[in-house]
Amino acid sequence: MMNATYKFLLRLGDDSLILGQRLAELCGHGPILEEDIALTNIALDLIGQATNIYTYAAAVEGKGSDADALAFLRLEHQYYNAVLVEQPNGNFADTIVRQFFFDAFRTLLFEKLLSSSDKQLAAIAEKSLKETRYHLKHSSEWLIRLGDGTALSHERAQMAIYELWRYTDELFYMDEVEQDLLNEGVITDIAALKSEWMTNISVVLNQATLTLPENQGFFGAGRKGRHSEHMGFILAQLQYMQRAYPNMQW
Amino acid sequence: MSTNEWPLWEVFIRSKQGLNHKHVGSLRAADADMALQNARDVYTRRSEGISIWVVPSALIVASDPADSDAYFEPSESKVYRHPTFYELPDGIEHM
Repeated sequence: MMNATYKFLLRLGDDSLILGQRLAELCGHGPILEEDIALTNIALDLIGQATNIYTYAAAVEGKGSDADALAFLRLEHQYYNAVLVEQPNGNFADTIVRQFFFDAFRTLLFEKLLSSSDKQLAAIAEKSLKETRYHLKHSSEWLIRLGDGTALSHERAQMAIYELWRYTDELFYMDEVEQDLLNEGVITDIAALKSEWMTNISVVLNQATLTLPENQGFFGAGRKGRHSEHMGFILAQLQYMQRAYPNMQW
Repeated sequence: MSTNEWPLWEVFIRSKQGLNHKHVGSLRAADADMALQNARDVYTRRSEGISIWVVPSALIVASDPADSDAYFEPSESKVYRHPTFYELPDGIEHM
């Protein structure tokens, strides 16, 4: 049985790494120069967060592993990111909506983790929160521009919401891992963040003149290591160098 | 060149050490909010600053290069405007 803190850290770190990897794909392909740099900055923030989280996870596990091994040498079913973050970049609205749902969640989560009984986790949350708040500002403002922009940008943003909404419920997933840590005061009640998240995203969506679907279609078991068809391709690219040239460094 | 490009903005950054904002470059943005965010993302990635100004480039009034003789040459022959003819007392450093 995997240590609960270790498993939770992997869930947390994998969200950062995989979304960071996705955004990094846009480097050199952003819609405009300024936004290309902005998205790449966010990608680097997320990969930096993953580094901090994995470094701590390796220490918690205590088997001599390290952040690089955790990032590059696990198999697909050993990654525990939410399925939302592995979804393709799609058009710019898809990228922004995925980011917006995630940033709104992450901001709340890190705010609560500031008071974790685990000091290292609280410190990681504090450092990450400053970045994540900026990410949320960035994705919120873009979503308002797209939703309240032209007929075409509104339609694409609305379609992106319909497409990605189904993956959002997984962000609030809890099983015995989180339950144990909740009892010990290490983490907050993640499922309970949902109502606040709904309130927060609704403010932005109203301004953006966008609406949420009626149904709460649940899809995704990434927290248990079961991923969408996109995950294998992400890992193929992410892990290529370490698989082809084991232990290489640069 | 596309005719519907976003307006151009000039970016000024105040560094941690410096007292005044300095011009660092320009960028395109649809409005002031976006200009400020883009400036943050494009020009402060390496801890260049702690304060940002953005100004629409169209609002900057610039001197005409054709006037530069009339504008600037007269001052070139007036070296006495530089305070270089004083003897510094001992003990004054960093002048």
